[in-house]
Amino acid sequence: MADSIELAQNAAGRMVPTMVNGKPQLPYLGVGKYQPRGRKAAPPIFSAKDYPENGDKRVPDLETALRKCGLRDGMVISNHHHLRDGDAVALMALEAAARIGAKNLMWFPSASFPSQQGAIELMEKGVIHHIEGSMNGPLGDYCTQGKMRGMGVLRSHGGRWQAIQDGEVHIDIAVIAAPTADPFGNADGSHGKSACGSLGFALADSTYADRVIVVTDNLVPFPCIPWQIQGNNVDYVVEVESIGDPTKIVSGTTQITRSPDRQRIAEFVARFLRETGIMRNGFSFQAGAGGIALAFVDYLRRMMKEDGVKARFVRGGSTKFLVQLLQEGLTDYILDGQTFDLDGVKSIASDSRHVATSPFTSYNYHGKGNFAAMVDAVVLGATEVDVNFNANVVTHSDGRLLHGIGGWQNCLASGCSILAVPSFRDRIPVIVDRVTTLTGPGELIDVVATERGIAINPRRQDLLDAVKGSKLPIRPIQDIKAEVEKIGGGTPAKPRLGDRPVAVVKWVDGTVLDSVWQVG
Amino acid sequence: MESTNTAVTIRPAEAGHWGADVRSDLHVAIEPRDSGGLAIALESRVGFCYGDSILAQARQVLETLGVRHAKVSIHDEGALPFAISARIETAAKRAGLAAGQKALPAQLPLPSPSGRDRLRRSRLYLPGTEPKYFINALLHEPDAIILDLEDSVHHAEKDAARILVRNALRAVDFGACERMLRINQLPLGLEDLPEIIPESPDVILIPKVERAEQVAEVDRTISDLKKQHGIDRPIWIMPILESALGIENAFTIATVTPNVCALTIGIEDYTADLGVVKTVEGKESTFARTRLVNAAKAAGVQAIDSVFGDVLDMDGLRRWGENARALGFEGMGCIHPGQIRVIHEAFAPTEVEIDKALAIVAAFEEAQQKGLGVVSLGSKMIDPPVVERAKKLVARAKQMGKA
Repeated sequence: MADSIELAQNAAGRMVPTMVNGKPQLPYLGVGKYQPRGRKAAPPIFSAKDYPENGDKRVPDLETALRKCGLRDGMVISNHHHLRDGDAVALMALEAAARIGAKNLMWFPSASFPSQQGAIELMEKGVIHHIEGSMNGPLGDYCTQGKMRGMGVLRSHGGRWQAIQDGEVHIDIAVIAAPTADPFGNADGSHGKSACGSLGFALADSTYADRVIVVTDNLVPFPCIPWQIQGNNVDYVVEVESIGDPTKIVSGTTQITRSPDRQRIAEFVARFLRETGIMRNGFSFQAGAGGIALAFVDYLRRMMKEDGVKARFVRGGSTKFLVQLLQEGLTDYILDGQTFDLDGVKSIASDSRHVATSPFTSYNYHGKGNFAAMVDAVVLGATEVDVNFNANVVTHSDGRLLHGIGGWQNCLASGCSILAVPSFRDRIPVIVDRVTTLTGPGELIDVVATERGIAINPRRQDLLDAVKGSKLPIRPIQDIKAEVEKIGGGTPAKPRLGDRPVAVVKWVDGTVLDSVWQVG
Repeated sequence: MESTNTAVTIRPAEAGHWGADVRSDLHVAIEPRDSGGLAIALESRVGFCYGDSILAQARQVLETLGVRHAKVSIHDEGALPFAISARIETAAKRAGLAAGQKALPAQLPLPSPSGRDRLRRSRLYLPGTEPKYFINALLHEPDAIILDLEDSVHHAEKDAARILVRNALRAVDFGACERMLRINQLPLGLEDLPEIIPESPDVILIPKVERAEQVAEVDRTISDLKKQHGIDRPIWIMPILESALGIENAFTIATVTPNVCALTIGIEDYTADLGVVKTVEGKESTFARTRLVNAAKAAGVQAIDSVFGDVLDMDGLRRWGENARALGFEGMGCIHPGQIRVIHEAFAPTEVEIDKALAIVAAFEEAQQKGLGVVSLGSKMIDPPVVERAKKLVARAKQMGKA
């Protein structure tokens, strides 16, 4: 890393580096202010004459595949995270690269997981130079402590697609874990012993990378049906015993929160949608797989039944709770970005109304629109939100990296963005004067629902009008903040953060929204 | 429990809990010493933002308790100040220090005193050693919260629970909930009272009451303590009958002092006493429950039912509650906030009942205005007890916001 890092203040008042990992950066300009120009990036032109006529692209192992792809020092290696904490392929690929003797690689996963902490050793050995992608657990601490040689870059799922298509990140070799594939490289996630549902996060990698390797533990004869990854983009296919631990790829069952406080938040949100009239025939919503979000779906399902309301579509991360809506005829479609549990996997594999999507269709801001903006309401989490509704989802209040951005930033484009959060965690208030790391601008966040009341962004007079006369506890956000600080025995002191940025948070348009500072 | 005049040994001691799964609590270890002042070491998951505040509070509490020389080690898991003070005080007392001293947190304004005939559909049990359950209890809007010193508290933690609950009564906002407290089975329960009564709880529940004299003794102790501490608001008593003998003595128990506001029953212990199996339908306790209702009504106090043990069986809970209301009970206990709404619904009069009662009351008022001795509604004559029942029902429905 350069000895001195030049910082600039962006439109959100945050200090951000002007160079990241040797590339010039544009500080955040405001929502919808940056106008991209130019043409999209593209991989080189290939010829069918250079690939086997019988379509059999198998090679014996990953090491061979990487050698044949021309692995060199400093290259960018990418992986998707549909296998979540059960993934074995990313480390398999990076360790194979290490055996070949590669150095200073940039690892570009769509997200990393605690089980991939082996990447730390590879960074210590110089195999990996730095990671661009979400980091939490041990990898998050490694980055936050300033031990990584390059800067971390955190992007939303849509932002990752944007960065690849805009040429901000050029993937040299994409290594795609595939629960089912054929020898030509067609691949899919809905079948096989390691089935994970959609493979949408790998689509950009498969279309924009110079070289693509598909790794599978369920090789079927051509054709692999359905195929979400097209073999026409794939260079080599590697068969392995196992691409991951199925028990950690999807949970057997996703669990609704059992905390009465969190159930109360979930019920508030469902009632809010009902009472504002957002819940109406033909509406749409998105909720993730967290305990509050699941409980919210369950409450909403009952209210939809009571009122005889049907959704046009719901957005996954799919779980058994969304599948239940589909099966009970309460939605026409599930548009699925990732599949969290066995019911979701079974449904996507067998029900044509349960559709795998990609970050291109659902989230990419540098496209001709995206689905996220067409969703009527989205229910999200956050670690902190300030009195102007700006929110943090990537760092803990002490500044340590905690979560990836996921689709969170992209979802803020929805008609009504709701943060469903407890008002405090371990004595630490969630509503603060200034968030530790700005991840989402307050002008896009409409509602903060806590167990002590619901705060509506004053910019949304329409929502404030819609709940007039409602029994819901609608309160100014400052009120909830003051109450929680009183319970907690005063305003918490601010964490002491370093003055060196160890990672940046990108906005959906590729500009730099905030910095993550070195801690400890 | 040791009394304060026996010679106490000064020794290292600890109190509270810590660990990855612990929330809103802390662990305090104290090592008394003869000199060297206070050395306080703190590890806290919220240390980066509350560390200085916790250290300052710990020092202040120890000074208030008169602890001048000790090594103190605190593992904090995000505890609120009322719990921090309580754990430090408990550790200090267990170490043989701070005898007779209290480190009381600042007191919130007391809610208005409780009426004898207050609405008591639901009372939410809060284990006396679990501060995390206290903080948001009010949000779930039970009619009462009940801080428990008895069955939910391990024998070795009775001293800690007493101090924690005392601090909670001062510093935790329980909103509009009536503040109940279940003391230990007598005679231990009598030792709970001096710590608790100065904080003006609204109702004291006495477990395993079998004879009127037990209630009389608690009543005298409360009365003495109230005088001593200048408390003039009511502190009601709710005896819990949990044995065959207790049920047999229900009426004398209910009438031994006008401070009894309700009788309630503990079905687990009662069925054990009978040597029968407790069932979901509860047939085996029907006699006891109806006997208790009758005694309570005869004594002019409320009859309150037991708890329903299966927190996931909402249909069973609803049936139990509706049956209890039909028998004459006015409420029951809750062991999970999720039960509160179902219980409130089960104990609410139906719309048909409310409409009928309103019509009867209106007919009564009309008759009064016209100076008629006989109240009639349509073609039917209404007897005075029917009017009385209708008035009671309308009054309750109003309290529940239903009429």
